[in-house]
Amino acid sequence: MNKNKNNSIFWEDERVDGVDKVTGKARYTAEHNLPNLAYAVFVTSTIAKGNIKEMDVTKALAMPGVLDIIYYANCPAVPGYNPNAAERPKNVTEWRGHKVLYDNKVRFFGQPIALIVADSLENANAAIRFVKPTYESEAFETNFEKARLVPANLKAPINYKRGTGTAVTPAATVEAEYTIPIEVHSPMELQATIAYWEAEDKLLLYDKTQGPKSTQGTVARTFGLPEKNVRVIAENVGGAFGSSLRSWSNVPAACIAAKKVNRPVKIVLTRPQMFSLIGYRPQSWQKVNIAADAAGNFLSINHEAISNTSRYEDFREGIVDVSKFLYACENVTTKYNLLPLDLSTPIWMRGPGEATGCFALESAIDDLAYQLKMDPIALRIKNFTAVNPENKLPFSDNNLKACYEYGANKIGWKNRPSVPGSLKENGWLIGYGMAVGVFGAGKGSASVRAVLSNDGKLLLECAVSDMGPGTTTSMTKIAAETMQMPIGKIKFKLSDSDLPPGPSQGGSGTTSTVGSAVNLACKTLQQKLIALAIQFAPAFTNLTAEALEVKNEMIVHKTDTSKTIDIVGLLKLANQDKIDLTINSTGKTPEQLKFTSNSFSAHFVKLAVNAKNGKIKVLEVITTGDAGKIISPKTARSQMLGGVVGGIGMALSEQLEIDHSTGQIINASFGAYHVPLHLDIPKTEAWFVNKPDLNMNDIGAKGIGEIALIGFAAAITNAVYNATGKRVNHLPITPEKLGFKVAKV
Amino acid sequence: MTPCNYNDARRGFLKKSAAVAALYLTPSLFVKTFAMDNFVPKPIAKEKLSLTINGKLVQMEIDARITILNLLREELAYTGTKKGCEMGQCGACTIHVNGKRTKSCMQLAVANQNTTITTIEGLSTNEQLHPMQAAFLKHDAFQCGYCTSGQIMSAVACVREGQAKSRDAIKAYMDTNICRCGAYQNIVDAIEEVAKTGTKI
Repeated sequence: MNKNKNNSIFWEDERVDGVDKVTGKARYTAEHNLPNLAYAVFVTSTIAKGNIKEMDVTKALAMPGVLDIIYYANCPAVPGYNPNAAERPKNVTEWRGHKVLYDNKVRFFGQPIALIVADSLENANAAIRFVKPTYESEAFETNFEKARLVPANLKAPINYKRGTGTAVTPAATVEAEYTIPIEVHSPMELQATIAYWEAEDKLLLYDKTQGPKSTQGTVARTFGLPEKNVRVIAENVGGAFGSSLRSWSNVPAACIAAKKVNRPVKIVLTRPQMFSLIGYRPQSWQKVNIAADAAGNFLSINHEAISNTSRYEDFREGIVDVSKFLYACENVTTKYNLLPLDLSTPIWMRGPGEATGCFALESAIDDLAYQLKMDPIALRIKNFTAVNPENKLPFSDNNLKACYEYGANKIGWKNRPSVPGSLKENGWLIGYGMAVGVFGAGKGSASVRAVLSNDGKLLLECAVSDMGPGTTTSMTKIAAETMQMPIGKIKFKLSDSDLPPGPSQGGSGTTSTVGSAVNLACKTLQQKLIALAIQFAPAFTNLTAEALEVKNEMIVHKTDTSKTIDIVGLLKLANQDKIDLTINSTGKTPEQLKFTSNSFSAHFVKLAVNAKNGKIKVLEVITTGDAGKIISPKTARSQMLGGVVGGIGMALSEQLEIDHSTGQIINASFGAYHVPLHLDIPKTEAWFVNKPDLNMNDIGAKGIGEIALIGFAAAITNAVYNATGKRVNHLPITPEKLGFKVAKV
Repeated sequence: MTPCNYNDARRGFLKKSAAVAALYLTPSLFVKTFAMDNFVPKPIAKEKLSLTINGKLVQMEIDARITILNLLREELAYTGTKKGCEMGQCGACTIHVNGKRTKSCMQLAVANQNTTITTIEGLSTNEQLHPMQAAFLKHDAFQCGYCTSGQIMSAVACVREGQAKSRDAIKAYMDTNICRCGAYQNIVDAIEEVAKTGTKI
């Protein structure tokens, strides 16, 4: 492909790593080849809770090619798992996770209980059935809906209250319960680790992680190594959606095995293991109560939630937080409980907390609008707030009204039937729905190294990773705009813990955090170039830095444009082969901290429900985002389209199912856990306000990943209500839940 | 609970290597031995395989149990073909066998005797991208890129088999390939564009 990337600064075209991805050259974790590589596979438990009395590995060890079988009785003592270690980490929760191959306890069905290491994958797999554990089972509980009803099962709640109540008698009140089943990230790339001890105390890891630095830290602490002795590479990450935000059992297991067999070891989880060993969106129950006056002003919001965690770790997310700040309301109470079950630990999944909370809140508001006989958009505008009512700080920007206007127009909101169930076309009931999404827009610290060489090329480095949104592309683009130089001369290197520290890719924070650091590195580079020009270029002698600027690969006099020197020429003149600098960009400045920052979205859906069998067909989606300046329109659009697909899955099909008599997940495959496919996806338009939010950071850009999905499920359920007059508050919506009889197979 | 032995764990772990393994095993009281009951494992069956991959003749001795997917990825370094489920449900491993799209995770390598295989690496024969690869790039028909090889191999087959006559027809044909990042609309855009040019691909 001969694109003129070398000449264009304001290039808005394909991803910088796109050619590698369409030609199969892009390498993912399991694809790194090391000499003498051994293969490891987990043997997993077939009970949900209890002890392993004994484990017969004799026959499995005798199988061809098997190098070792590691389990609790022969596993080397991992320093970080030591309950008596003198050096306890500050964050004690980090060490409470599942310690793989550590003891004979079974804490959930499908837990790794042994690791077979062999010289080929075929030999490793063939030995699995010869590992014979004998269990002592204990009573367990995996049934969320049953267990949540017993108050003693719940952990102490976290409560929030503001306001002293109101004397106004509400004109309308809604109260409803909402449930969301366990949803599983199901990225296409299988979780994988290759561990190689380069020296007795030096470890090289190829790992599927959203945070090379985070994995480096975890592994260093687990194995008692200095961080510099652990190198983590995640060259390409094949989707993750939160599931690779922590090191799961495959990471220490690979390290242990590689040490024990003294060879590099590769572990790749199987697809069924992807459903139980790398986290999930927790199951949740919510209750929302909203009261409003006749004009639609919210008088009070009460939001309660329970979500599950494992028995061995607490996992919380901000499920009820959205009710505290999205709309103007003086009286808000929230309550959030955790319910431990005999399952593995959940983890953040795309739109964590808010995706769950917005489903309930945005459904309740829709309900309220019908009661008040108001348009749901008008009701939201009525309660719009430019100031975050929780912390009383102004939003750095909030363009939700622009989103409403665009979305309503494009979806044809005026055609929406005001009476639910009244619009029918060719045997299909037509409905329109909308809902809002919101997520915090953060800015953390990151370091970036910039190396400008005397061939005119710029290399930028940061240990962040790119799981798919196009970070490599957007960072390159930010550098091109700040430096005013062609994209083709810039390379952004990432995904290696040896590079300057960067954040984990998560929480929609990468563009803001790393982008700000890239911008700062480029600005610093420009200052250095200008100083060099004043020092070495005769044309600029005696000039001040303020008189000069860097653009088009030259240092230019701002008013006398005849005075220029190109970067390459300047470096030669200064006798420097490169400028090499590393900057550290910190979190928000005091000025930026005067604001509270969020990204917002509003989703609009038109759908049809078959009047005979309840089949739901999403006809059209307009998804709108308010995320500041859009750095890379093409990849940003793709993120929004992806959020819609994820939202359709959440609303209509995704549900992990557990057999509560055994604790086993019974739909751990793509054949039974239904993620959306080509035929499920309607014509979708993604639109952005695209207004730089300079109160938030210097680049004016906020995150997109979470808001693309948050709120979408409610837009669907609201549209289904508009089409049918039936409100389903329990995801996923199925024809059965709409009251249609479905033939059992 | 019977955890591992933690006497001087750090040194114990780091010093661990095959040569000194015995020193660091936990006390034998935890490790019970079991009888072999005349257990004799079957030796690994080997087969001779001859096939053409991306225009190159490959002749080798293989493990009879290996799938064509694992042969490509683990033995022949054709890692462009992806492993997503090993159950024929996701399509990430799609290749062309004798010109027909095939899920490579569902086929033993030995079943591909004398076949001609094309993987993503063999789709374009020179430095130029294949029109479908170029269209995927243009339409940003992927994010993470992991399902992309399979999508492109299916997409090429879709057009070649004349199944790309409408957007709905494309969607129906491509319903075998999951994209969890959700690039479906862009994928259909890419295929539709290639199909409309009428170029023989």
